[in-house]
Amino acid sequence: MRISNRTLMQLMLLVGLLTVQTGLYAQGRGGRGGGAAAPAQSAKAAAPIDLTGYWVSVITEDWRYRMVTPSKGDFQGVPMTAAARTIAMAWDPAKEASSGDVCKSYGAPALLRVPGRLHLTWGDDNTLRMDSDTGKQTRLFHFGDWKSPGGPPTLQGDSTADWERSGGGGRGGGGGRGGAAGGPPPTDGSLKVVTTNLKGGFLRKNGVPYSDKTTVTEYFDLMKEPTGDPMFVVTIITADPMYLSRNFVITSQYKKEASDAKWKPTECSATW
Amino acid sequence: MTFNKLSLCVAMSFCVAVPALAEIDLSGSWAAINDEDSMERGAGPNPADWAGLPFNEAGRAKAVSYEQSIISMPERICWFQTQWHIAAGPFSLRMWAQPDPLTGRVQAWVIGAWETRAPMTIWMDGRPHPSKDAPHDQTGFTTGVWNGNELIATTTHIKSGYIRRNGAPSSDEATITTHFRRHGDLLTVALFMDDPVYLTEPYVLTRSYNLSTNPVAIGGPPCIVGDEGVEEGRVPHYVPGENPLLEEMTKLYGIPPEAALGGAETMYPEFRDKIKDKFVLPAQCKRNCGAGGGGGAN
Repeated sequence: MRISNRTLMQLMLLVGLLTVQTGLYAQGRGGRGGGAAAPAQSAKAAAPIDLTGYWVSVITEDWRYRMVTPSKGDFQGVPMTAAARTIAMAWDPAKEASSGDVCKSYGAPALLRVPGRLHLTWGDDNTLRMDSDTGKQTRLFHFGDWKSPGGPPTLQGDSTADWERSGGGGRGGGGGRGGAAGGPPPTDGSLKVVTTNLKGGFLRKNGVPYSDKTTVTEYFDLMKEPTGDPMFVVTIITADPMYLSRNFVITSQYKKEASDAKWKPTECSATW
Repeated sequence: MTFNKLSLCVAMSFCVAVPALAEIDLSGSWAAINDEDSMERGAGPNPADWAGLPFNEAGRAKAVSYEQSIISMPERICWFQTQWHIAAGPFSLRMWAQPDPLTGRVQAWVIGAWETRAPMTIWMDGRPHPSKDAPHDQTGFTTGVWNGNELIATTTHIKSGYIRRNGAPSSDEATITTHFRRHGDLLTVALFMDDPVYLTEPYVLTRSYNLSTNPVAIGGPPCIVGDEGVEEGRVPHYVPGENPLLEEMTKLYGIPPEAALGGAETMYPEFRDKIKDKFVLPAQCKRNCGAGGGGGAN
């Protein structure tokens, strides 16, 4: 079979175009840069990774600040301001326990450091819901063009979410940002969550404070253990102009569980 | 042009274009953020603190026999750590892509050495790991694959070493799997240690780094063996039942001894129920409390 050089060039061009298309797809499926006529895709439908299910925390780091209550003045690793140190040194566990506000160390900046289990479900097509058994907290991750209804700051704040995709971190999902249609969904990516409108609380149970000016940015990455079991790693970046001298960056890991067999809702505790 | 030649051209077009879709640039200087495990990564962990380690009995027994001055033996002063030191140490990373001289494609990703750790060369060209009978060293042998934006590196052929710098051991049969995930200027690295000799299940540590414009030094000054007080021929150790530091965590932090001795159950939330009534909250932190200045970046 013989093919002319012109035909060859055309074929090469076609291959190149197809490749570029694939790249754009990988970077922007459901994202902002896609065709205007494409149907809107929900965050749930566009999810490049599946975080739903039951997850248990694996405590291999910062053990003595997480599995037991750290003592007053134990601040290793936290870039605290002088004002934060003053507050933390006044921490009184008995007073906290009787304060009627015992969930201060279960707010969004600290919740994923608390030993326990998480249950992730889709609340609706554009809202990922996270429940914790320890402290019985609920976080809602809103995709798309969701806007906070306002109101007073809360323990879990207002969270907006986006999928980060392979091939350059294009935003995706979230009902109506457009995007390329058709083809299989991407199989890799991360979840990015930004949380604001937070009520002040404790980064650690021993009174290390964060303020209501705090912003939390989180990246959820799905991985596999050497055993093949799914695990997610969440990188948590806490910025607080009042009580942190720079961003506080930590990571937590959660292993997937097959069922709710070990789900054990417990109340918040100020001392344990 | 023949059809075979055309097929070759098409195939080459794919070869050139496709990797860019699934890879991400990891090159640069990555400053370690040591907010987590700040003391463990910096000055080093407390003696006899093995909480959160999935030890088996052999691992625990070896750790309990550990005396810190063993690293001052003349023959160990310049001893390299294994690649696990990326997680256990405080150091920043410098990464670069090593191109194949003929094709220009990435043949390997390299993490520069530190003075106590050899460089990690992550071979990306599909070469196999050596035979299981091949020699082991602290560097080991590492290959990598891309999973979307995630680089997954697998290290085998390491010598025995430590997974926590207070005697928690790793064996020469261990495999280290390292996951690299980049989020803009932030790098998350998760390391799994799978060790059939000393662990009952994989042990995971995760670390964070910021992209830095300050070049991270690689290597370090040459190590010179000096006299650190351990005479030649002595191997510092504790015989069973004679380690005087086993209650250190209880004295300092009120943590029950069974927690400090580790084991897989200490990694999971249920273990808190087991120690709740034994834990005694000290009135105030006495030692290694941190000044609240954070772990910082190196």
